[in-house]
Amino acid sequence: MSTTKTVDGRSAETSALITVGRRTQRVRRPRRRSSTTFVLAPLTFIAVSVVLFALFFLWPGALGLWYSLTDYTGVGTPEFIGVENYVDLAQDPVFYSVLGRTFLYTLLSVPLHYVAALGIAVLLTNSMAKGKSTARIIFFLPWLISPIVAGVIWKWLFGENFGLVNYLIETLGGQGLRWETDPTLALVLILIVSTWGGTAFNMLLFIAAIRNVPQSYLEAAQLDGANSWQRFYRITLPLLRPTSFMVILLTTIGSMKEFAMVQALNGGGPGTSNMFMVQYIYRTGFERADVGYASAASMVLMVILIVIAVIQMRFDKRNDLA
Amino acid sequence: MTLRQEARPRRRGLRSLPSTLLLWLLALGFIIPVAWFILSSFKPGSELFSLPLRLFPEDWTISGYTTAWNRFNFAQYFLNTSIVAVVTTVLTVLVSAMTGYAFAKYKAWWLKFFFICVLATTMLPTEVIMPSSFAVVRDLGLYNTLAGIIVPSIITATGIFMFRQYFKTIPDELLEAARIDGVSEFGAFWRIMLPLAKPIAVVLAIFSFQWRWNDYIWPLIVLRDPDRYTLQVALRSIVGADNIDWSVLLSASVISLVPMVVLFAIFQRQIMNADVNSGLKD
Repeated sequence: MSTTKTVDGRSAETSALITVGRRTQRVRRPRRRSSTTFVLAPLTFIAVSVVLFALFFLWPGALGLWYSLTDYTGVGTPEFIGVENYVDLAQDPVFYSVLGRTFLYTLLSVPLHYVAALGIAVLLTNSMAKGKSTARIIFFLPWLISPIVAGVIWKWLFGENFGLVNYLIETLGGQGLRWETDPTLALVLILIVSTWGGTAFNMLLFIAAIRNVPQSYLEAAQLDGANSWQRFYRITLPLLRPTSFMVILLTTIGSMKEFAMVQALNGGGPGTSNMFMVQYIYRTGFERADVGYASAASMVLMVILIVIAVIQMRFDKRNDLA
Repeated sequence: MTLRQEARPRRRGLRSLPSTLLLWLLALGFIIPVAWFILSSFKPGSELFSLPLRLFPEDWTISGYTTAWNRFNFAQYFLNTSIVAVVTTVLTVLVSAMTGYAFAKYKAWWLKFFFICVLATTMLPTEVIMPSSFAVVRDLGLYNTLAGIIVPSIITATGIFMFRQYFKTIPDELLEAARIDGVSEFGAFWRIMLPLAKPIAVVLAIFSFQWRWNDYIWPLIVLRDPDRYTLQVALRSIVGADNIDWSVLLSASVISLVPMVVLFAIFQRQIMNADVNSGLKD
């Protein structure tokens, strides 16, 4: 009896071992044959991406760096002139005003975008408000609209002499505002339009994140007597941290390279008072064909973006990216 | 929330008023510019600027639309944009799926390294290195061709990241089972993994189509010949003119929106529920 037991017990054990062994064998067997398969297969999978990455990110990046050290004008052979472009750039008042305007715009637009997207997301997830599904579609509509058409829509609405807004102001007895000829008002208009256009996507991110906040936390806080503002500020907002970082980072980068919408809205006008970095690079590189100088400006913008990204990444403790 | 609803059901109607009011005031602010723009496009040119301005056209007309469609070779722009958007989208989905799959299911230092390179492209978009990107496209012989817009736009960090995250949620056992059954690595991807990733493919396809349909930068720097223009470049050339033909511009802009609106109407559920937590947008 006892022997059979042991035998039985053993056999059970061994069979278990065998199963485990088999499983590990099964896992390992392909891995052994794989040293080639498991290099070739993923290499094939990423091959196209690697080529495209090298062609359209690495090469332009390296070429841009090279051009920035030359006097290249788009034709002929670029001639090496050292850091002359950078020296000129450092003394160029236009460049500084462009850089300053871009920073000012970014500084104003990031909080605006953030508050608008978060506020609307909160309203849309609030059990109190009525008509949320229709409103959600309305808030999302600008996502469908290209930056160029967005510029057209708002230019039409805010035209100084023909726009509906000034018409209404004048009808109500006021003086029409100079949306096109006053640099500050033009910037205000750019801010309004970019917030209008940027809200949709960020709002979706926030809605998804708010829905992931455990209801039990909020209900527990409510039982403890926290009012709705306290519940939002102490529970929801801290839990939205990762999403907030994402939104702020993307909005910052997006604002620093704002271009298309402004092109259609007012072309960076009046004059060049609202010209931002990308438009400056485009003008210098393509319209004035000063590729070397434009590339130097590109490199400066690139460094600024990297610095911004690194700073914000350091704030963000999330490590699930790598 | 449920607690309060149950506790004070009678006060709910009143309490919902402030948030509903605020919500709809904001919604009006968002929709009015679009409504004014679309309604204006149905006004005859003479009525566009005649005071007093009216919200609705006095006599509805589509004359702006017919002029827009016939004057600028608009059908050609529409076709060009469609080709670019569709071809790029198909390629983007395929390439992103393959790359994301490799990142999710294989381990190697060079895969990690390349993954970081891909993520870095979000920080360094084309706009930033415009002059040299142009030079590259030119040197590759793609200047002034639609391919010159399509090829550089295929690779997108967002797409790759979306697929990577999704494939990570699929258990490795599935892949191992396929290997035991003698399925090749490529077969496992193509016949087992890719079909599983269909929801992500749909979302990325919609996103990619939107990016490409609305893109302005690449067409601007790559295309010279007006016959090859995409809609966005063509629209910009109308709005950038000294004397803007508003009647044509408004109608042309509305036409350019149609495909996106149709797409949204069909895929509304997928778009609105897309939990694009990667959140990297192009």
